[in-house]
Amino acid sequence: MNKFGYRKEIISGIIITVCAIYILRLFYYQVIDDTYKIMGDNNSQRTETLYPARGLIYDRNGKLLVDNQAAYDLLIIPDQVKKFDTLELISILDISKEYLEKGIQKCRSYARYKPSILISQITGDKYAILQEKLYRYPGFYTQTRTLRKYNVNHSADVFGYISEVSQEQITKNPYYAPGDYVGMSGLERTYEEHLRGTKGKQIVLVDNKNRKQGSFADGEYDEEAIVGENLHTTLDIDLQEYAYQLMRNKKGGIVAIEPSTGEILVKMSSPGYDPQLMVGLERGKNYSKLLNDPLNPLFDRTTMAQYPPGSIFKTVQALIGLQTKAITPHTQATCNGGAYIVGGRFMKCHHHSSPVDLVASIENSCNPYYVNVFKRVLELPEYGSVRNAYNEWRNYVTSFGFGSKICPDFSNEVSGEIYTQEKYDKVFKTQKWYASYIISLSIGQGELLITPIQMANLAAVLANRGYYITPHIVRPLNDSLAGRIEKHQIPIDRKYYEPIVEGMQMVIKGGTGRRAQVDSITMAGKTGTVQNPHGDDHSVFIAFAPVENPKIALIVYVENGVWGSRYAAPIAGLMIEKYLKGKISDKKKPLEKEMFEANLIKSENLKNNEKGDE
Amino acid sequence: MNSRSNKLLANLDWVAILLYVLLVLIGWINIYAAVYDENHSSILDISQKYGKQLIWIGAAFVLAFLVLLTDSKFYSSFSLVIYGFMVALLIAVLLFGKEVKGSRSWFGFGDFGFQPAEFAKFATCLALAYIMSRHNFKVMRFSSLLTIGIIILVPAGLIILQNDTGSALVYSSLIFVLFREGLYGSILLLCFVVAVIFIISLLYTPFTVLMIIIGGTLIAFYYYRHDLKELFYLMVFIAGGFGVFALVKWAFHLSISEYYMLLIVYIITSIAVLYPIYKRKMKHMITLLFVSWLCVGASPSVDYAFNHLQPHQQDRINELLGIKVDPRGVGYNVIQSKITIGSGGFAGKGFLEGTLTKFNFVPEQSTDFIFCTVGEEWGFLGSSAVILLFMAFILRIINMAERQRSAFSRIYGYGVASILFFHLAVNIGMTIGFAPVIGIPLPFFSYGGSSLWSFTILIFIFLRLDANRLQVFR
Repeated sequence: MNKFGYRKEIISGIIITVCAIYILRLFYYQVIDDTYKIMGDNNSQRTETLYPARGLIYDRNGKLLVDNQAAYDLLIIPDQVKKFDTLELISILDISKEYLEKGIQKCRSYARYKPSILISQITGDKYAILQEKLYRYPGFYTQTRTLRKYNVNHSADVFGYISEVSQEQITKNPYYAPGDYVGMSGLERTYEEHLRGTKGKQIVLVDNKNRKQGSFADGEYDEEAIVGENLHTTLDIDLQEYAYQLMRNKKGGIVAIEPSTGEILVKMSSPGYDPQLMVGLERGKNYSKLLNDPLNPLFDRTTMAQYPPGSIFKTVQALIGLQTKAITPHTQATCNGGAYIVGGRFMKCHHHSSPVDLVASIENSCNPYYVNVFKRVLELPEYGSVRNAYNEWRNYVTSFGFGSKICPDFSNEVSGEIYTQEKYDKVFKTQKWYASYIISLSIGQGELLITPIQMANLAAVLANRGYYITPHIVRPLNDSLAGRIEKHQIPIDRKYYEPIVEGMQMVIKGGTGRRAQVDSITMAGKTGTVQNPHGDDHSVFIAFAPVENPKIALIVYVENGVWGSRYAAPIAGLMIEKYLKGKISDKKKPLEKEMFEANLIKSENLKNNEKGDE
Repeated sequence: MNSRSNKLLANLDWVAILLYVLLVLIGWINIYAAVYDENHSSILDISQKYGKQLIWIGAAFVLAFLVLLTDSKFYSSFSLVIYGFMVALLIAVLLFGKEVKGSRSWFGFGDFGFQPAEFAKFATCLALAYIMSRHNFKVMRFSSLLTIGIIILVPAGLIILQNDTGSALVYSSLIFVLFREGLYGSILLLCFVVAVIFIISLLYTPFTVLMIIIGGTLIAFYYYRHDLKELFYLMVFIAGGFGVFALVKWAFHLSISEYYMLLIVYIITSIAVLYPIYKRKMKHMITLLFVSWLCVGASPSVDYAFNHLQPHQQDRINELLGIKVDPRGVGYNVIQSKITIGSGGFAGKGFLEGTLTKFNFVPEQSTDFIFCTVGEEWGFLGSSAVILLFMAFILRIINMAERQRSAFSRIYGYGVASILFFHLAVNIGMTIGFAPVIGIPLPFFSYGGSSLWSFTILIFIFLRLDANRLQVFR
């Protein structure tokens, strides 16, 4: 052998020592120390997700609009499920046997040893019965969830709704797990990360009868759920509700903004729906009903509808005309007998005296006047060509927020469109174009797409005489969100607003907006009619008041309302009165009644809509 | 021919083969239990891991047979060729392998994977045996140590480059082979001391570590000198020096940390004892002082080295030492593993009755954490029986190694024993919280073909060499 033979004993000794230590350690764990054994005897631990309560939503006066309510989910761990009394379970839950079996199969295919939701959103009374009998159902257990509870039966377009996350969302964001709720639209979607809070988890020990025995390791590994942040909206819910009453049986929308702050006081889209419809076991059925409703209540008419704005756009034309010195406040134009021919086309005008100056042109909404203004701007010699002039004009127009999304609170907002010169090049197939090609723009028709919320913003610009604050509906939760709210200056001198505002006051005093008048409140407004190729024209009215120190600027837009003066102006007047005075004077009660009762929706759709306003 | 194979059968060590077969079969039953699923309850279902493992086992037996049929001279003659081939494969896998869980250590062939690192083990043992069994080879020579170092570190280094540190650490077990062949005992001891210093440096503040080192040095000092009076003087000198320093610090408002104060006192003490040591020519004392200062120097560098490890490696070492507990991460596995084993109790819950096993509370239970299944279903009786079986197998191999006439066979045998022991100690150690979770398999138990085959080859080459032990070669 060799002289190191004795070292065999040392090496063997080390091996035996290590094995002996391990066996002693195992003896300690498996025989002496009870803690691990108890945990094991108790069968197993289960990780339960702790769902935080979603943040609440308030109005500007602290009224609670969106609350939470408790609901329960029934979960199963498929591999722990043994034979159970199917009949009893389906009678407690009031479901069919097939539904149950299908659900179990679905859970099994998702994960055999992980909990999955079998039935969600079980009400409190069913849960109470179930909870008592649950010990007979190994592998079944329940978890508490919070669902939305709405204190108002309207404004679903503002709040949006929550629903279970899709597989796609789970793949994209690992925070979510199947069965989680996520905001799908409205504020619920925009502020999802703030509202949802942070999920926690709890490791609980359960015995072989599936009853909780306590927490694992004294909760050392548990994580508390963090409640979501509350949203304080700028909505005035009373005014919002009043808007819904006025707009009953009419399609359209109202947006009201506090001009000095950009805070949205009212944002309503009609017809709306009761947000509570999207909660609970019936939500799927309700959703498809809403989806198939011909009145399209899921369509947010304030942020997703886009139209040529009509006559309200004349205020913008006038301002640009003044700023570019194409016109002065004293520029006159003749309007003969209400008809005027331009570029070979015939353009109607309303009956009014002629010739008119700037103020009177606003008051009377004189079409030929604005054809003239627009033509002068486009043909200003310093721009060289109509095409260049158009580009300058377009820069002014977009500074009002037209052609882009202006409200960061709504992800469904569309931007509208103001054609670029390149786009017109394509349409005309030449770069050499004349004012007459695009003359419809002069009166807010043609290739202009503007959303109601942008029109409301125009009212705010006019109220502020030259700027707007980013319209928003949620008071910022933090500095970075506050940073999104900015002052936007319009590059048009303040002095040029005065004749426009004067004209808009005349609209109320004696022009097309007479029906908006409110005693002792100075008001400026402008009617508009949006041509609708499918039926009666849409009626539009923008206004702000009081003129000297505007507190509210708004748009009322009524589909198939024919002229601005017929429905939109009176509704705007009532809204302003309600907001500034708190109530409607007796003198205007008949008008209010007329608006309440006006029905612009064909009768077969009535039933669907009436529910919303009770 | 017939007589030759009869002779081979007669000379085979059937005790070792029996232990091998027992371990493989018990391992397979536990894989079945670990991945058991009522929907696929047939033990032969090859869509399941246990079905596949059965195929690996069948193939392993065929491999074992082929290894036994090969002439034993082949292994010694071609050891360097085999080694070279395996090193080439390790390089190739770095370039062409596929990445699995952060390690580039697999060749993929469709559904099947092949891990060269597993097979590099027996190749390295063969090469080591070949080099060290050469005539007049002495371990304690610089040139020898250099050669051995290269043989071991080349595959280990390549495996580290594959990001598979666990498999690379296995090679450190070969120090037992060197020790058996004449490496100084103090070097083995030094390795032990370094490991301890590494662990306490991570656990405690530098000041505490320094106190422990000084304390350890004083104990060793007493062990060599057996002189209480000298020990007392030294302790008074160090404690007094520290006390005086503390007073000076307090009086002059010095901003010096306790660690540096103690360090300076210890430097002064060391210098002070140098003269008597030199004068009386106390060789042991010089070594002791040297080792002590090596430790003092090493402890701050541990922190540095540790901060340059991969995050998951840091986590695992931290976890072992209880520095950072992350229930969702690595720590959670070990807690679950302990609960699973602990829940088995004395006699276990019974075959296929392990509830924790069934519900997959322990991640990677069929591979790295297979021992949990043993612990839960077979209890203390079963798990200690498995450890004892392994121990018996390893000790059997050591005994067999000692009975070899050729150094080549003996050295190779020790290599086999060392590698088996390392896998056993670290794998079971990590399931009971004694070793870091470095992800190396439990031989014969962990699911996977590469591991089973490589251990089979490793062991049966030795059995083949052993069958020829009466013919001296080389």
